[in-house]
Amino acid sequence: MLSFVARRVLAAVLVLFAISVLVFLIFFATPGVDPAARIAGRSATPQILAQVRHEFGLDRPLPIRYALLMEHLFIKRDLTSYVNIGDKVVPQIMNAAPVTLSLVIGAAVIWLVAGIAGGVVAARFRGRLIDPIIMLAGISAISVPAYWLGEVVNLITESRLHSSVFSWVPAAGYVPISQGVGQWALHLLFPWLTLAALYAGIYARVLRAELVTALGEDYVRTARAKGLSERRILIRHALRCSLISIVSLFGLDFGSLVGGAALLTEVVFGLPGVGQLTYTSLQDLDLPVIMGCVMYAAFFVVLANTIVDVAYAWLDPRVRRA
Amino acid sequence: MGALAVLVLVIVVCLLAPVYAGSVAHVDPFPSNLQGTTIVHGRVTPVLQSNHQGLGLGVTPIGPTWDIHHYFLGADNQGRDVFARLLYGGRTSLLIGSTSALLCCVLAALLGLMAGYFGGPIDWVLSRLFDIVWAFPIYLLAISLSVVLLTSGLQIGFIHIGAGSLLLPIIIIAIVYVPYVARPLRGLVLSLREREFIQAAIGVGASDWRILRREILPNALPSVIVFFPLMVALDMLTESALSFLSIGVQPPSASWGTIINDGLGLLYTRPMVAIAPGLMIVITAVSLNLLGDGVRDALDPKAKLRGSI
Repeated sequence: MLSFVARRVLAAVLVLFAISVLVFLIFFATPGVDPAARIAGRSATPQILAQVRHEFGLDRPLPIRYALLMEHLFIKRDLTSYVNIGDKVVPQIMNAAPVTLSLVIGAAVIWLVAGIAGGVVAARFRGRLIDPIIMLAGISAISVPAYWLGEVVNLITESRLHSSVFSWVPAAGYVPISQGVGQWALHLLFPWLTLAALYAGIYARVLRAELVTALGEDYVRTARAKGLSERRILIRHALRCSLISIVSLFGLDFGSLVGGAALLTEVVFGLPGVGQLTYTSLQDLDLPVIMGCVMYAAFFVVLANTIVDVAYAWLDPRVRRA
Repeated sequence: MGALAVLVLVIVVCLLAPVYAGSVAHVDPFPSNLQGTTIVHGRVTPVLQSNHQGLGLGVTPIGPTWDIHHYFLGADNQGRDVFARLLYGGRTSLLIGSTSALLCCVLAALLGLMAGYFGGPIDWVLSRLFDIVWAFPIYLLAISLSVVLLTSGLQIGFIHIGAGSLLLPIIIIAIVYVPYVARPLRGLVLSLREREFIQAAIGVGASDWRILRREILPNALPSVIVFFPLMVALDMLTESALSFLSIGVQPPSASWGTIINDGLGLLYTRPMVAIAPGLMIVITAVSLNLLGDGVRDALDPKAKLRGSI
């Protein structure tokens, strides 16, 4: 087991390294992209361009620039933005992270509850009316663009029905949890629901399929033969087994969302999280911030991947040998 | 079957976009039309109306007239017919969704089959590549590639793809989803390789190429076919998200995502501009997903017990 964990951690570090190289190459070595021209502005003279190149170290060979960037990002932690000169990248990400965490944790609670409840109910009453209704709702939830759903929610709660039903909905924005849990939750309620819809749909569908498969297994027949109630079989036997795939799915989704995949929800609801930061830095082609955000995102995804793999190996000894 | 019918209807209606714009509505949905007029209840009305409320600044485009001949869904802030743009945008969205899904499935089949069949160093390299792309949050990778490529276009040797070309979003979206399809295929091929009929083919001296083409591919194809409609839906949703962030389809082309983006500034005054393309995306994606479930049930009857609709 220990050697398996060690191998997984080593692989994770290698993947992170590869991602950092890939991102670096996408932004610094794509033919035709000149970061110096971006920094200096459109009307820069060749002299100014050369000066900018020198000041930002863009005239050095690629491997050295890569090493310098990584040194500033991880060791000195003083990497600064190209666009808003003086803004340090690492503190910017650290300030944005709590917003994203608040958004993702709340949404995760909602989608886990809704997804598991939907999957269990659909499996319990499979073939009856409620089953296709839940599954159709699930398909609809995975077919709705999240940003569009957010816009429609904004339209309804902030404009059309704001004077009547939704007068309690505050203006879009983020309130830190330190200013009171109530206001924090109130401001995040609709972003949570919007983000959770897609994942609740996915989880309900996956869980239903897993449960129906599990209900055909021998151990379920044994449980039935023992005379257990259908409800007990479903919850205590089938669900326990089926939750393994939900747990691994959850690890990956949670990791990528914390890493910035909730970008569209953040943009639509005006939440200053990591996704929003990534988005603005991409629009300005602010390379150090992009590098920082992508490395931060990749870190969470790779971490989640590794945890899921290790958890699998812990649950299923056969995986360890593979 | 209902899903297929809806899908065909959406495709046919979108393909008829030039007919609608030319013969029914008599509009050109691409250039801005700030001074244009249309007919509402028999009266000539400007497409963009000055605001008389408040400070009287700015203009508001005409809202839905629900008259199929004259600005059925109203105009956007350039005075362009939203319904005609919706149809043209649908062509782009469907084109990008289907071609990038096709490209993705072909690439994934090629790489997945090679990784699973040859194993060894080829498998190691390909699997690590999948790992890396997989570990990259999909939207971040697509956005990074789009931002870089849309400023300068893509130049590989003699091939040059212009910055505004639809090929760029197609290629970007196809590439980012390759691991989603290739990984399960690789697993499938790994298990196929151990089966007797492959051993028999190796035993009679068939070449690798022949085994891949005649033995492995026919057995892996159903999985690719099951993936295809789901990938079209996923690719279309990704395209719309990129276009919404204005790094997907570039003007003058329109897609459902760019129209939602156009409608953003009008959300509280003329919500139909943003709502209509979103609804089209939802309808199309739901029917594609239902179709995917149907195809899966047809190819794998055992799955029918598990699926419900």
